[in-house]
Amino acid sequence: MALENADIEKIAILARLQVINSETNDYANSISSILSLIDQMQQVDTDGVEPLSNPHDATQRLRKDEVTCDNQREAFIAIAPATEDGLYLVPKVLD
Amino acid sequence: MTNKTLVQISKDLAAGEYSSREITQDIIADIKARDSIYNSFISLSEDLALTQADAADARLTAGTADILTGVPFAHKDLFCTQGQVTTAASKMLANFVPPYESTVGQRLLSAGAVCVGKTNMDEFAMGSSNESSFFGAVKNPWDLNAVPGGSSGGSAAAVAAGLVPAATGTDTGGSIRQPASFCNLTGIKPTYGRVSRFGIIAYASSLDQAGPMCQTAEDAAIMLNAMAGFDELDSTSVQQETPDFTADLNLPLQGLKIGLPKEFFGSGLNPQVAECIMNAVKQIEGLGAQIIDISLPNLELSIPAYYVIAPSEASSNLSRFDGVRYGYRCDQPEDLMDLYCRTRAEGFGTEVKRRIMVGTYALSEGYYDAYYLKAQRIRRLIKDDFTRALSQVDVIMGPVAPTPAFDLGSNSKDPVAMYLEDIYTLSANMAGIPAMSTPAGFVNGRPVGLQIMGNYFAEAKLLNIAHQYQQVTDWHLQIPTSKGMPVSNEEKGA
Amino acid sequence: MSWEIVIGLEIHVQLATKSKLFSGAKVGFGAEANTQTTLVDLGMPGALPVFNEEALRMAVTFGTAINAEVCKHSVFARKNYFYPDSPKGYQTSQMDHPIVGLGHLDIQLEDGSTKRVGVTRAHLEEDAGKSLHEDYDGMTGIDLNRSSTPLLEIVSEPDMSNAKEAVAYMRKMHAIVTTIGISDGNMAEGSMRCDANVSIRPKGQQKLGTRAELKNINSFKFIERAINVEVQRQIDILEDGGKIAQETRLYDADKNETRPMRSKEEANDYRYFPCPDLLPVEIDDAYIDAIRQSLPELPDQRSARFVDQLGLSEYDAGVLSSSRALADYFEAVVAICNDAKLSANWVTGELAKYMNQNNVEIDAAPVSAVHLGQLISRVKDDTINSKGAKTVFDELWQQAGEVDDIIDANGLKQVSDMGAIEAMIDEVIALSPKQVQQYVDAEVEKRSKMLGFFMGQVMKASKGSANPGQVNGLFKKKLDELC
Repeated sequence: MALENADIEKIAILARLQVINSETNDYANSISSILSLIDQMQQVDTDGVEPLSNPHDATQRLRKDEVTCDNQREAFIAIAPATEDGLYLVPKVLD
Repeated sequence: MTNKTLVQISKDLAAGEYSSREITQDIIADIKARDSIYNSFISLSEDLALTQADAADARLTAGTADILTGVPFAHKDLFCTQGQVTTAASKMLANFVPPYESTVGQRLLSAGAVCVGKTNMDEFAMGSSNESSFFGAVKNPWDLNAVPGGSSGGSAAAVAAGLVPAATGTDTGGSIRQPASFCNLTGIKPTYGRVSRFGIIAYASSLDQAGPMCQTAEDAAIMLNAMAGFDELDSTSVQQETPDFTADLNLPLQGLKIGLPKEFFGSGLNPQVAECIMNAVKQIEGLGAQIIDISLPNLELSIPAYYVIAPSEASSNLSRFDGVRYGYRCDQPEDLMDLYCRTRAEGFGTEVKRRIMVGTYALSEGYYDAYYLKAQRIRRLIKDDFTRALSQVDVIMGPVAPTPAFDLGSNSKDPVAMYLEDIYTLSANMAGIPAMSTPAGFVNGRPVGLQIMGNYFAEAKLLNIAHQYQQVTDWHLQIPTSKGMPVSNEEKGA
Repeated sequence: MSWEIVIGLEIHVQLATKSKLFSGAKVGFGAEANTQTTLVDLGMPGALPVFNEEALRMAVTFGTAINAEVCKHSVFARKNYFYPDSPKGYQTSQMDHPIVGLGHLDIQLEDGSTKRVGVTRAHLEEDAGKSLHEDYDGMTGIDLNRSSTPLLEIVSEPDMSNAKEAVAYMRKMHAIVTTIGISDGNMAEGSMRCDANVSIRPKGQQKLGTRAELKNINSFKFIERAINVEVQRQIDILEDGGKIAQETRLYDADKNETRPMRSKEEANDYRYFPCPDLLPVEIDDAYIDAIRQSLPELPDQRSARFVDQLGLSEYDAGVLSSSRALADYFEAVVAICNDAKLSANWVTGELAKYMNQNNVEIDAAPVSAVHLGQLISRVKDDTINSKGAKTVFDELWQQAGEVDDIIDANGLKQVSDMGAIEAMIDEVIALSPKQVQQYVDAEVEKRSKMLGFFMGQVMKASKGSANPGQVNGLFKKKLDELC
């Protein structure tokens, strides 16, 4: 499947990636060729085949409802790019 | 210390030939002196390493040492290390110092191993050549014009160059086995769920698995003993008893049934590589094994299915890198959208962005069934192929990669050509079975690895075969000399 | 034109677990910002989720409580979107395979009838953090304490046709989740909140109108107001020939209006897929049955007991069992005064009136169940009459005090001394010859109605403290003697 530049722009917004004009074409070409590689899958009949998401078809283990960790705010806040009063700062969020 | 095996170093430490502090200092000095050639390290953790070495020396003195106590190793820079910068070879995390340690790292530390630094890799483990690193490409110690393979290329180059005796790697589609093959190492990707993923920066959660990269099967078994085990912090960790992976190393191979899938020996395989592989297989046959022709009919589909599943999971796993809580943040964001879009555009490299976009597209509305779900169904077909084959044979053998290490820059313009290199390794990740690479010869001076794949939880069997093969061959003992090693052992003062 | 309103609710219930849905961080309201987080809730690189067994038990408990299908196979999925309060860039939720499937709930309408509202599903998901809009140099502050707090999202069918039904449904859900103990139900702290999908269509039209989604409404009162104001907005638009936009709107309680949410303007594509870090949750019949067996008495069962054992009307029983706190209060009152009917009258009457007027929920009512029970006992033993009781109740509501002290301090004790009452009656009869004559002249069956005047005079003379029953009986006797 061949992607247009407009498709790349749409995907880039969904993925929150700024793509500048000069790159759009390259991405459109390389991703289109990846998609044609991927499209080989469509030749295979997989009707009735159960999807496999975990190799062992394992099921979820449960955790006891216990508080197992202390407040580590200082350690986490220390590595954040912008903070104040223990809060992470971001440009103004609108409701 | 160059090219001493982990076992040798462990014996030397036990015998008091040198202390952990001494060998740690030597190794760090050696890396500082020689790694500018290979670029295999992103960072060194000298202070932490010496602290760990001193603790190890205390254990050695007290007689409470383990086999790994005091032995230096390196972590692929995908493993979070407490207090030590962890970058995933990305600008996004160039200054990220985690306040926590991965479960694997914790296990190695508990065993007394000493982490000297973090090795280079493809950015976020996305690549097969180690050329997508923000910190520059890594050179193959066997041939400085060749790639070391990827994504664990720095770990492979560091061990091959004799900078460290062992390193950790991760393997999502071949990222331990292919660089091991390209650099003449023994590397094993365990069964999915055997080694905890907690604290390892995720690429594709349902495929990622960590494992060791060493010079010998015995070293790999010792490393795996420390790395493997159930972890309650990882929901996909299996509650399977962890055997002693060294216990079966010396078992004879009499009666072993080896399957050779015809799909591994098709037209895409370099004939000289094929020759190396067949020679190795014949030699193992000579040890009492039996060769059986088998088929894995859906092998080729592992490429398209992998390149849907891995980028889809990655697109979601990498959403957390948003410039808010850690890592890179763009300058002067105008608004929230600008913060996200520029942080991620500036923080990620081209291949990472490309895979994020492929995954975003594959999961987007209207395409999910045709891509992700279809790929998961194909994944089932691939698993079924292995289940069928492994009911007939004990292990499956073949090449790790279609060619020996290729030249730096030769594939970097064409992602699809690069993806096709993964044909023989992807299927083990898709099925979740263990698979390894062991040195099996050279083509024009570049190493070739034999791949051994086995049933779920059969790591000990794979290591046993590799070890027996290594007892009758010396490929794994070869060390790079002319082009890769300008400093001789004498000058280094080992 | 006459319009039909269609409402569906998505209720978010914070589960009362000790730790988070996927990590061992503490769950709790009001802690200092970012002090209740782990690397899992912060979306740190390499962090992985592990599912809290208590959240599973609570979700299954809810499913059995509303007689819904409990799914033996459920799957966590990732809902991918970027927002600062969503630290991983996705919310872990359930999409195709929720833990609870189809169920239903019966709500009581004001006319006393019952309406069945369908429950489409209920699924487990993690809560988001909070954006604090105080100005930090023109920036927004992010607190992730709430991140990964377990939520049960309960999705209804669009079965409600006015705001009052929506409130009744929400109240009933509140009663159930608090009765089965899976949430504290504290709406002010956000433990229970809802989104309302509201649309209108011309009466008789089959096709649904375009809906607006009202986000994050956190009180019963606001549900009613928000829906009503939104319905009116939609009617105004359609009657002016306009069109309703499908959008997410926010209810502004101060202005009593709804407005579009700017953050939700952009079309989203959540790219749901099964979370590869979590595995399918599998439970068996034995697990579900054990939970079903351990269910406490549910609101409907309690209501039935109020009718069968306490002799209440269906309506009173329904109202009193609509909240666990209210029903507990009521039963505590009955335990003291031993009179269910009087207790029901007081709780649904005077107490409800005061709560409404003062905008207070039962938990915060200043009159305790014990005090109300004692007060009703004093009415029953004729110490005070109902008028005096209202005075006592008002005092109890206004300030602390004991029932008997207030009765004494206000001189509210009924005069039951027959001699004193007889003297007052004789005096009234002597001073009202005209009214006495009218009584004597009246037809027998009309006489009892005329007693009111004489009663009033005595009550006035006694300042309300005379026992009305005694006064009534004695008057009748004395006047009938004159006939």
